[in-house]
Amino acid sequence: MKGGTLWRRIVLGVMGLYLFVPLLGVAEFSLRMRRGVYSFDAFAAVFADGRFRETFLYSSALAVVTVVIGMVLIVPAAYAVRLYAPRLRAMVEFVTLLPLVVPAIVIVFGYMRLFGSQSWLPLTDTEIGSDALLAFGYVILALPYLYRSVDAGLTSMDVRNLTEAAESLGARPWTIMLRVVLPNIRTALLSGAFLTAAIVLGEFTFASLLNRPGFGPYMQLLGANRAYEPAALSLVAFALTWGLMVLIGAFSGRRTGA
Amino acid sequence: MLVSRAGVLTAMGVGPFALFALLFLLLPTSNLLIGAFQDGDGTPTWANIAGLLTPSVIAAFRVSIIVSAVSAVLGAAAGLAVALALRGDAIPQVIRQAVLTVSGVASNFAGVPLAFAFLATLGRTGLVTVILKSWFGVDLYASGFNLLSIVGLVFTYLYFQMPLMVLVIMPAVEGVKRDWAEAAAMLGASPAQFMLRIVAPVLAPSVIGAALLLFANAFGAVATAYALTGSSVNLVTILLFAQIRGDVLHDPNLGYALALGMVVVTGLCNVAYLRLRAFSDRRLR
Repeated sequence: MKGGTLWRRIVLGVMGLYLFVPLLGVAEFSLRMRRGVYSFDAFAAVFADGRFRETFLYSSALAVVTVVIGMVLIVPAAYAVRLYAPRLRAMVEFVTLLPLVVPAIVIVFGYMRLFGSQSWLPLTDTEIGSDALLAFGYVILALPYLYRSVDAGLTSMDVRNLTEAAESLGARPWTIMLRVVLPNIRTALLSGAFLTAAIVLGEFTFASLLNRPGFGPYMQLLGANRAYEPAALSLVAFALTWGLMVLIGAFSGRRTGA
Repeated sequence: MLVSRAGVLTAMGVGPFALFALLFLLLPTSNLLIGAFQDGDGTPTWANIAGLLTPSVIAAFRVSIIVSAVSAVLGAAAGLAVALALRGDAIPQVIRQAVLTVSGVASNFAGVPLAFAFLATLGRTGLVTVILKSWFGVDLYASGFNLLSIVGLVFTYLYFQMPLMVLVIMPAVEGVKRDWAEAAAMLGASPAQFMLRIVAPVLAPSVIGAALLLFANAFGAVATAYALTGSSVNLVTILLFAQIRGDVLHDPNLGYALALGMVVVTGLCNVAYLRLRAFSDRRLR
């Protein structure tokens, strides 16, 4: 069976090359800003741009809000379904998978019709309303991933026994949620949170169509107007995605190792 | 007493979630899809659906389906090859883990920054374009290649499609047990026969299902294509984006019909995916 290692190496080598060359290309391009020599001018220009900081902070704040709203909604729901209403499970799972079926652009188009200026709840008329709508939309986008990581976390703890033990000691549902459930699923929550951040930080469609100053629309705008800065930005975004994925790996690795 | 308490706790737990999903997922989408069957005043009509049959809309659906299908098939094939290469213990654990981490990163590295990376690599002054020209005398763009085309788009989409395939198909590939190979070998099967007669039929439903998921993934993508090509490649998502931004079709209700068409396409894909997955899960258990 050992004779089969050559083709394995070739396959993995080709994949590695295909994934690596565009990074090399964009890295080289990002250094070309000063004529004739390689320099970090493009990075300096990006980091000195006030809009880079503003949009990045805006999207980071939204990522945090998204994760918090998502967890507050999803953890009690997944917990209640598991413990008290297993019959609802299939339906809840179906709803959490819907964002994979309905493209993001269709969802945001729906928002503009249902929450537009002439609607019953004109959220898009105010800044804060649009911000809220964007955060809600991101919760929906992250729903399939958040729900699955919370549910996996609940699977790995003994929900029923721990709940009954806490109840027999006199704990209220609120106490059980905060002091029994949450601590037990915190690694699952963290990996869900990082994945959500990876989705939200560079998101373009929602932010652009709701006219919000997100990091994604900023990158797109820069790409349409500049030559070298977008390349630097692309590398920054890649490093960011990498960092978030490594964090997820670190936390989920610890869980399986325990 | 106990039943009603469970009922109260269920309502407390699931209630807010259900209300949220209703308000921000189910109602906006269904309201939009109903809009596809109404005119500007809300009167029922088939005109919008009929409007989908104009040449520009049909062309957009055609291009979107081609780009999604080709990137799904190629991504699925390449991802499956990688997953098979990682199967068993021929590859060191460290490399295996590295490939899976890289797949996680690359499958999430979509959108605007990915478009920049490919422009810097295969654009007119991109690294690979320049190297091919000055070192090997191969002029990509003179030979008809263009990154801002269907081919270029497919090549770019593969950057997240292939790694996604690796992640989705890996569990099924791992499900191919070592004893099966030993049993087959004992009965005199060659490795090729084992692959063709055992592995292929076992994995087929998972592979087809995963390819459908990849298709839906590419079909709904906006940012990569928009940042890469602007509007020079006529995709449904780009058309819909332009329509929402500036009423390109001069008729918002036609936009709703466009959205309906997209949901129908991705919906069919996902139903087929779930069917196939349930089928293969049952068999692998």
